[in-house]
Amino acid sequence: MFRRTLMTTAAVAALAVATLSSASAQSLIRLGAAAPMTGPLAGGATVTHWPAVRLWVSEVNARGGLQLADGPATIELIEYDDQTNPQQAIMAAQRLATQDQVDFMVAPYSTGMNLAAAPVFAQLGYPMITGTAVTDQQPELAQQFPNMFFVLGRTSVMAEDTAHVLVDLRERGEIGNRVALVNVADAFGIEMAGISRSVLESNGFEIVYESSYPLGTQDLAPVIDGAKASNPDAFIAWSYPGDTFALTDQAIVQNFAPHVFFTAVATAFPAYEARFGAAAEGVLGMGGVNADDPAFQAFATAHTELNGQGPDFWASAATYATLEILGQAIEAVGAPDRAAVLTYLQDRSHSYETVLGPVSFNENNDNEAYWTVGQWQDGVFRGVAARGREGAVPVQVFDGWE
Amino acid sequence: MSTREIRNLIVSALLIGLCCLLPVYGSPYWLTMGTTIAMYAVLSTSWALFSGPTHYISLATAAFFGVGTFVTGLGFQDLPFWTLPVIAAALGAVLAALVGMVTLRLSGVYFVIFTLGLAEMVRQVVTWVQNQTGHRGMYVLTSLTEREIYWMLIALASLVFLAGWLIGRSKLGFALRIIGNDETVAKHSGIDTALAKVLLFMVPGAAAAATGAILAPRYIYIEPSTAFAPLLSFQVVIMALLGGTGRLWGPIAGVIPFTLLWEAITRQAPNQTLLLLGLAFLLIVYVLPGGFVGLWDRLRRRYGGNQ
Repeated sequence: MFRRTLMTTAAVAALAVATLSSASAQSLIRLGAAAPMTGPLAGGATVTHWPAVRLWVSEVNARGGLQLADGPATIELIEYDDQTNPQQAIMAAQRLATQDQVDFMVAPYSTGMNLAAAPVFAQLGYPMITGTAVTDQQPELAQQFPNMFFVLGRTSVMAEDTAHVLVDLRERGEIGNRVALVNVADAFGIEMAGISRSVLESNGFEIVYESSYPLGTQDLAPVIDGAKASNPDAFIAWSYPGDTFALTDQAIVQNFAPHVFFTAVATAFPAYEARFGAAAEGVLGMGGVNADDPAFQAFATAHTELNGQGPDFWASAATYATLEILGQAIEAVGAPDRAAVLTYLQDRSHSYETVLGPVSFNENNDNEAYWTVGQWQDGVFRGVAARGREGAVPVQVFDGWE
Repeated sequence: MSTREIRNLIVSALLIGLCCLLPVYGSPYWLTMGTTIAMYAVLSTSWALFSGPTHYISLATAAFFGVGTFVTGLGFQDLPFWTLPVIAAALGAVLAALVGMVTLRLSGVYFVIFTLGLAEMVRQVVTWVQNQTGHRGMYVLTSLTEREIYWMLIALASLVFLAGWLIGRSKLGFALRIIGNDETVAKHSGIDTALAKVLLFMVPGAAAAATGAILAPRYIYIEPSTAFAPLLSFQVVIMALLGGTGRLWGPIAGVIPFTLLWEAITRQAPNQTLLLLGLAFLLIVYVLPGGFVGLWDRLRRRYGGNQ
């Protein structure tokens, strides 16, 4: 009896394998993705990363797949959780490449996970187009990992542009010289605060309050207290998602409303608007998009339909764009041939049509056209400063929490 | 040295040699698995050297590991790479000695809580220093490949095994077994229990810091939140207990099946990893209270071992 069951099972399995392999020989591209589903960054990844990836796959399949030389090829997505752990990010990339033998891989979520997985991508020859790694080391990284491409932009430029928004407002006569500058005490916050401080000081601004707080601090009342007591014209916080919300909460409680209120990461999340509603009007944050661009609006509508939640107004579109770029490179080559696709991407003369607008890469595999600062205006987070992108709207003075 | 010991040494050397050949015959996938296993083998074995005989559960692994990664992050551009694990080990040992002098007089749960807090404390100190100095992101870009990292970990594991074997034969090892059985008796027999415990606590401190220093080039981007992740401390304890701490080879008998199980769970059910891991852990505790070492000894007793 047992023997017969075993034989039947084996036969069924063999049949299943046969059908699978014949299907894949025909027209299937296997795409691997590993990013946080658990761990500290799971919250960010479920807003920004996973919905954008799933949207691109479902849209490509809905239109019949990628158009290759020998007909269309649909996409099969294989997902793993990297647990926000570099060790697991390495294992997951290795597993996708060598065990699941995927044709291509989606770059992970966040700077840390991208860099941990980068050697695996490089060693096995996978193109790595990242939409969520922000760094200033593009030249060094591109030299070490010539297969790595950066879409989201440079950290230093974002800090500079934030400072320049203040310079512009002062030139328009809308704010004075006094700035309160705070940051989350980790590499990101420290670096950004340092850059914006030097730009502001060289432009004659006075830093009247400066403070930092450890990552994960729950009670930010003292920070807002101190900032308010210094009576600044502008408040700039280089913050992470948790503290972005906590700082805004405290500012509302203490009615701290300077002419400029800036919080960094997650200000562009739809959850920010959902939480603070009309009070968020006029708040500045990191990132931004051209919200009036029909391409972005179509992306946002499709994103909401598929995932039941809207995209964020910054890296969601960048993540989606990384896959558009990959798809266009595969179609241009006409086959799921990794080496050829990588060569195509490394040819800097190529440009890609994406939801962000046209994207191309410089000699450091770096995209030079991106949004740097945005502002909540009429319930939409609109880009107010950008490098090489059209459609920035004029920045407005923050008019209080009502 | 008895013939039996010589035989064991030769067998161990052969096994280590076999492990060293993995990059030659194994696929890249198995090399990545091997690196993970080697990392946990060093951490769990060195952990069990201290916690096995003394029964003090230390959750400080992440603290020492994180210190090691920062040694490499700060020094890899100015110093030859081989010096970094050595410096890290020295720093780890000093830190362990300091912590040991303060805390090993604490007993039971107080020690556990203190060591858990240690990783968080070191992380906050590192962050504070970074904040004071206007530190920028730390990128460890080297030409080291995974196979070199793997070989360094195997070498470190061999050192840990050698240290464990030597300690087991020494007066210190004997003293520690007495402390583990009854600390009061040990004191009354004239053993300086505090000194013995501090000395031994330096071993896992040094080994974990050296592991961190070796693995920093693998992570590339070093940030306190991942370098000092507390989950690591717990994984090391779980693996060592699964294997059993009664013998030198015990922890590694836990590391290998645990890593393979974790991999299988991650692969089959990417959305339920932690849930299934918890269930697996419960099962282990109920079915294998003494770890694989306990099971092995029970089986040998039942089926007439030749000891």
